[in-house]
Amino acid sequence: MNAGPAAEHSLLVDAAHAREIATFLRDDEALRLDYCSNATGIDWPDKEVVDPATKAKTVQPGCLEAVYHLYSISRKQGPVILRVRTANRSDQVTLPSLTPVWKSCEFQEREIFDLYGVVFEGHPDLRRLLMWDGFKDYPMRRDYVAPDDFEWEPTPHGNVLERAKAHWPAAPVAGVADPGASAAAGAGTGPGSTTPPTKTPEAKP
Amino acid sequence: MSCSDQSGLDAAMRDALGGSARSLFGGATTGPTVRAVHDEFHGDLLEVSMGPQHPSTHGVFRMVVTLDGEQIVKLKPVFGYLHRNHEKIAEGTSYLSSMPYTDRLDYLCSMTNNWAYALAVEKLGGISVPDRAQYLRVIMAELTRLVNHSCLVGFLFNDLGTSFTPLLYAFREREKILDLFESLSGSRMMCNYQRFGGCRVDPPADWLAAAAALVDNFPRFLDEYETMLTGNEIMLARTQGIGAMDPARAINAGITGPCLRACGVDYDLRKVDGYGFYPRFDFRVPLGEHGDTYDRYMLRILEMRESVKILQQAFRDLPAGPIMDPKAKLRGFRPKPGEAYGRLEGPKGELGFYLISDGSPNPYRYRVRPPSLINLTLLEELCLGRTVADAVVILGSIDIVLGEVDR
Repeated sequence: MNAGPAAEHSLLVDAAHAREIATFLRDDEALRLDYCSNATGIDWPDKEVVDPATKAKTVQPGCLEAVYHLYSISRKQGPVILRVRTANRSDQVTLPSLTPVWKSCEFQEREIFDLYGVVFEGHPDLRRLLMWDGFKDYPMRRDYVAPDDFEWEPTPHGNVLERAKAHWPAAPVAGVADPGASAAAGAGTGPGSTTPPTKTPEAKP
Repeated sequence: MSCSDQSGLDAAMRDALGGSARSLFGGATTGPTVRAVHDEFHGDLLEVSMGPQHPSTHGVFRMVVTLDGEQIVKLKPVFGYLHRNHEKIAEGTSYLSSMPYTDRLDYLCSMTNNWAYALAVEKLGGISVPDRAQYLRVIMAELTRLVNHSCLVGFLFNDLGTSFTPLLYAFREREKILDLFESLSGSRMMCNYQRFGGCRVDPPADWLAAAAALVDNFPRFLDEYETMLTGNEIMLARTQGIGAMDPARAINAGITGPCLRACGVDYDLRKVDGYGFYPRFDFRVPLGEHGDTYDRYMLRILEMRESVKILQQAFRDLPAGPIMDPKAKLRGFRPKPGEAYGRLEGPKGELGFYLISDGSPNPYRYRVRPPSLINLTLLEELCLGRTVADAVVILGSIDIVLGEVDR
């Protein structure tokens, strides 16, 4: 599977048996892969493949993948690389969690769930790790589009200005009522002179 | 806690917390700082949010601690305050342009971050490294270890309550090394020094002489520091037997680096993987016995002494020659499709980079295995039943940098 110079080959494991295989790898006397160093996700989007003979286009379905790098501390050997794949990228994204086998996967699987959207079955505490709880998308997916207004944050000031405008429907006309008010309005410091943000936030934090 | 059936009581307490308290604060990242959680067994428990702006968390890290009196009955770390999706940014740029960004992961140890990344890219592209560059890498990595560990022992005493004096002794030494880094690479902390295929700058002879003199003087600082502080009675009372890790549990939880070796597990990647030129050096791997906070502190002191030995050998044996592999191509580097996982023994633990290439100038997948984050896996277990003051010291002895935890 890995044609590069590193030639670290990996085992593609069926999701249904992943946990039994992991337990075997950990407990087998000769292997003793007691240490899961790295667990991470990979996104393989749907790929359009053109058949060179018939020129027919077919869509190869994509998947999400979890990769585990296993080492043995007691036997000083490794790595063994496990890969587990989901059926697709949209609705069948459940994989068995390997946290019951190696506790080191706990935060890393949370991170995969957070950034890729893989749901780990049997994980003790599957919550978002890095993004905030109300966040909707999965930012590490290849087709993720960052919102163009992500630097805009809702602040109390927008609402305050709206309420102030409702309270004082019309600001006094400059230069007519009294000179003090006109100076304030001319300097642009009055509440009516500042326009509240008109952008509607797409992804509200 | 006068009940004789301690374990049964604990289980009942956990059940009560799991049932009632989880719905109140499980997963919440916002909320009041202190809140009472009612529990029929113990009356009111107190939920305290330590951080993200708290001097003892060494950055924007937050621990949601539930207290029964002064005892911690539950501790949930909350991450992500410094998250900038480092991996996504690196996937959108070329292999070379990620190199300076790796400095920002663990910003105390930019040299080892650079090396870990270079190691992974070299594995991916099959690049060799000249001898002189290998020696320079060892020199930089061990100087970084001195920087990190001296910072750590300084901050640990800060956490113990000795306001800043020991820290300034440690920072005095650290600044000398950072001056060296600055004169060589142009930056104190963001060194951006390693390249895949070698190093960026060849140090002149006077730099090497100054570094060798600094290293020869370093044990004097350690002796001074230890005379003042290691045997200190408060230090011993506050660290011995506190936060002890079980070796099997630590391995299973992926704890690496000094925290793992403090439990007595002999696993140092410099020996196990033998990356770089480490097999050529004569040094020992210090091991702890109890895995408690004191052992973690002591292990760092001993590792610094071993680093000094490695450095002295490196300065003695440093060969002349090129510092870059002439075949290595930095700009427009396109490795063949494939993947590689490069890891090394960083000062905080196993720092790994996992790269997948699809033949394009950008990595298809770029992953950092952050030792700081994974070493926090056991934080709750270590702190349960202890006081908040102990939790601060335990966290300090685990040694985290938030730039790497949150990435």
